[in-house]
Amino acid sequence: MSTEILMPALSPTMTEGNLSKWLIKKGDTVKAGDLIAEIETDKATMEVEAVDEGIVLDLLFEEGEANIPVNKAIAIIGDPNEKVEAKKEAPIEKLIKENKIEKNIETKIENKKADIIDTPSPKIEEDRNLSSEEITMRQALRDTMAEEMRKDNKVFILGEEVAEYQGAYKVTQGLLQEFGKERVLDTPISEHGFTGLAVGAAFKGLRPILEFMTFNFSMQAIDQIINSAAKTLYMSGGQINCPIVFRGPNGAAAQVAAQHSQDFSSWYSQVPGLKVIAPSTPYNAKGLLRSAISDPNPVIFLENEILYGLKGPVNNDINFSIPIGKANIEKEGKDLTIVTYSIMLQKSKEAALRLKEEYNLDTEIIDLQTLRPLDTETILNSVKKTNRLITVEESWPFGSVGSEISNIVQRDAFDYLDSPVIKVNSADVPMPYALSLEKLYLPQVDDIINAAKKVSYIK
Amino acid sequence: MKKLQKADYIKMYSFMLKIRRFEERAAQLYGMGKIGGFCHLYIGQEAVVVGILMTIDKNDSVVTTYRDHGHMIARGLDPKRIMAELTGREDGYSAGKGGSMHMFSKENNFYGGHGIVGAQVPIGTGIAFTHKYNGEKNICRTYIGDGAMNNGQVFEAFNLAALWKLPVLYIIENNKYGMGTSVDRAAAGLDLYKRGEAFGIPGEKVDGMNVFSVIEAADKAGKYVREGNGPYIIEVQTYRYRGHSMSDPAKYRTKEELDNYKQTDPIEIVKAEILKKKIATRDEIEKINKDTLEEIKNAAEFATNSPFPKDSELYTDVYL
Repeated sequence: MSTEILMPALSPTMTEGNLSKWLIKKGDTVKAGDLIAEIETDKATMEVEAVDEGIVLDLLFEEGEANIPVNKAIAIIGDPNEKVEAKKEAPIEKLIKENKIEKNIETKIENKKADIIDTPSPKIEEDRNLSSEEITMRQALRDTMAEEMRKDNKVFILGEEVAEYQGAYKVTQGLLQEFGKERVLDTPISEHGFTGLAVGAAFKGLRPILEFMTFNFSMQAIDQIINSAAKTLYMSGGQINCPIVFRGPNGAAAQVAAQHSQDFSSWYSQVPGLKVIAPSTPYNAKGLLRSAISDPNPVIFLENEILYGLKGPVNNDINFSIPIGKANIEKEGKDLTIVTYSIMLQKSKEAALRLKEEYNLDTEIIDLQTLRPLDTETILNSVKKTNRLITVEESWPFGSVGSEISNIVQRDAFDYLDSPVIKVNSADVPMPYALSLEKLYLPQVDDIINAAKKVSYIK
Repeated sequence: MKKLQKADYIKMYSFMLKIRRFEERAAQLYGMGKIGGFCHLYIGQEAVVVGILMTIDKNDSVVTTYRDHGHMIARGLDPKRIMAELTGREDGYSAGKGGSMHMFSKENNFYGGHGIVGAQVPIGTGIAFTHKYNGEKNICRTYIGDGAMNNGQVFEAFNLAALWKLPVLYIIENNKYGMGTSVDRAAAGLDLYKRGEAFGIPGEKVDGMNVFSVIEAADKAGKYVREGNGPYIIEVQTYRYRGHSMSDPAKYRTKEELDNYKQTDPIEIVKAEILKKKIATRDEIEKINKDTLEEIKNAAEFATNSPFPKDSELYTDVYL
């Protein structure tokens, strides 16, 4: 009986890996626990152990082969006397074909890809400095930090695993090597303490970039963010500002459950003194992060783990920036408006394609980019044109960014509305672990389509 | 120890007296409804900040708690503008937007005035980080109340300061009560200065009613920190004569306890020393007393006549 060794998922959001090195060869006997290969993921290079025992019958990929999907067979072990067909097709795909697969496995793959549509928006295409090469969101963020650190010695980065580990999500990869340990500092797991320390450093004139491994951990430090960073300029009568960027992944990743999946966009957007940014593409991540680092105020920069691998063109001018407080009309349309941000931009774009195909609805999509200060003008102008509005976001529904937009629109554009505003949010429950429930919790393309039909009075 | 000049004795006496007169006047204005909100007086603790300040460089930084009026006066800041902040007027150090607990003077490296117990400790550690990052020889003095010594972020800051050898001098002002809870009802282990031991931070306990003891300890500790050895903790044993804040009748302690501390009044100790050493005569001291009273009276006058902030100020200073 032979067994396939599959490309393992080494992190909750990994979708593919590179086979950097085989530690076994054909004919070797392997025992459970033996190291068999080095796999490079989007976050790190890791050694993989065998879990089954037998003789290596075949290695299905050469060393150096890249982008091998998770769950694809990479080697076969088993009894040497048994005849084996070398299967290049991943068992999961085969099973889907044969209709034997459980539905939730299919869901898992779909969830991890996060319905990413990476067609650049019209405005980006107009950018004459657009790179021909596409880079990932994580590279865009890293490059921008490095560029700003080269320009200004007062910019430094601190956080858990940002230096020697090269970033828990590899966003700070290479920064330690270039800037040294005085400017790229690994902190202990001590959010309250190191956040307060960074705030004090900013009061004294440095420009810290503080990485939260995820924003879930910012709750440990929220007193320093709100009571110290956000309020001191006001409390000091304008004397002491706090030029700091708090950045890191926000919201759901994949199956990391209730305590590691929270969306904080409306929490921080409620606080005067903070600016809040949520990029959605490598292009705007670069432009917005540069503005955030240059800003003299505390900025909450909400990234998204699933988007870190999203590729797209960028503007490589080291002074290119996107102003804080300006939304982007991602797609123009005349029948209804979707206001969204961060990862939900991708789902909104997919919904817009289907709304056009299936219902002939021409959707305008506004990517907020900045949540505070909110670009109300762009939203209102769009609503005055389309007369219908839905908001799409990952946060909980109560008091969300969409709630505030609904309030503004009913107050300032009441006579333009042809239907009530509808909000699409995550479910009003803690994030569940089970894959099936997680999918139900998060806003899906169908939810957006249903909301769009409702504001358009389509049955 | 730092050699004290005759002028130093006069300076210490004047500053301590100024703090006391200021706080008494603040209490009066509070009673008249001219000062609102929370108001925490420093009476009894004067020797702490004045002693520490005798040993520092003017480019050193400082952060403290909400019991901050005395710290600002000792720093040489203008009592008129401090009192105007207490009365919430536009001439106040925070233009009337901060109040008693949230006062700052960036030009004097005075970084507050923090209203949240313990929050100033990581902040002071971060200011010390900046001195080191910039290659400056300065230190940050970070004051901590005994109540904050049971707060988690204080230990996170100790760990970071020791780990990164930051030039921060932690000064625990142990006035025996965190609001109404005595230290022995709040802290397991009464030697607060030993709480840095686990991080390798040296500490010592000092009599905070005696300014000369404070100077001696601060001088030694300041040198240690300034030479790049990392943080140091001084626990200063002091006592506040008044309640935690103006609304506290201090029923949790006895009159005898208070009277006992008043026997070792920090200002009287300096005065006695001045007379003993014949640095000034009784008449000269009397003149200081009179001038101080007058200065504080003028400060109160100024603070009650300064205009309230303009309505348009509501929306300024939210963002730079």
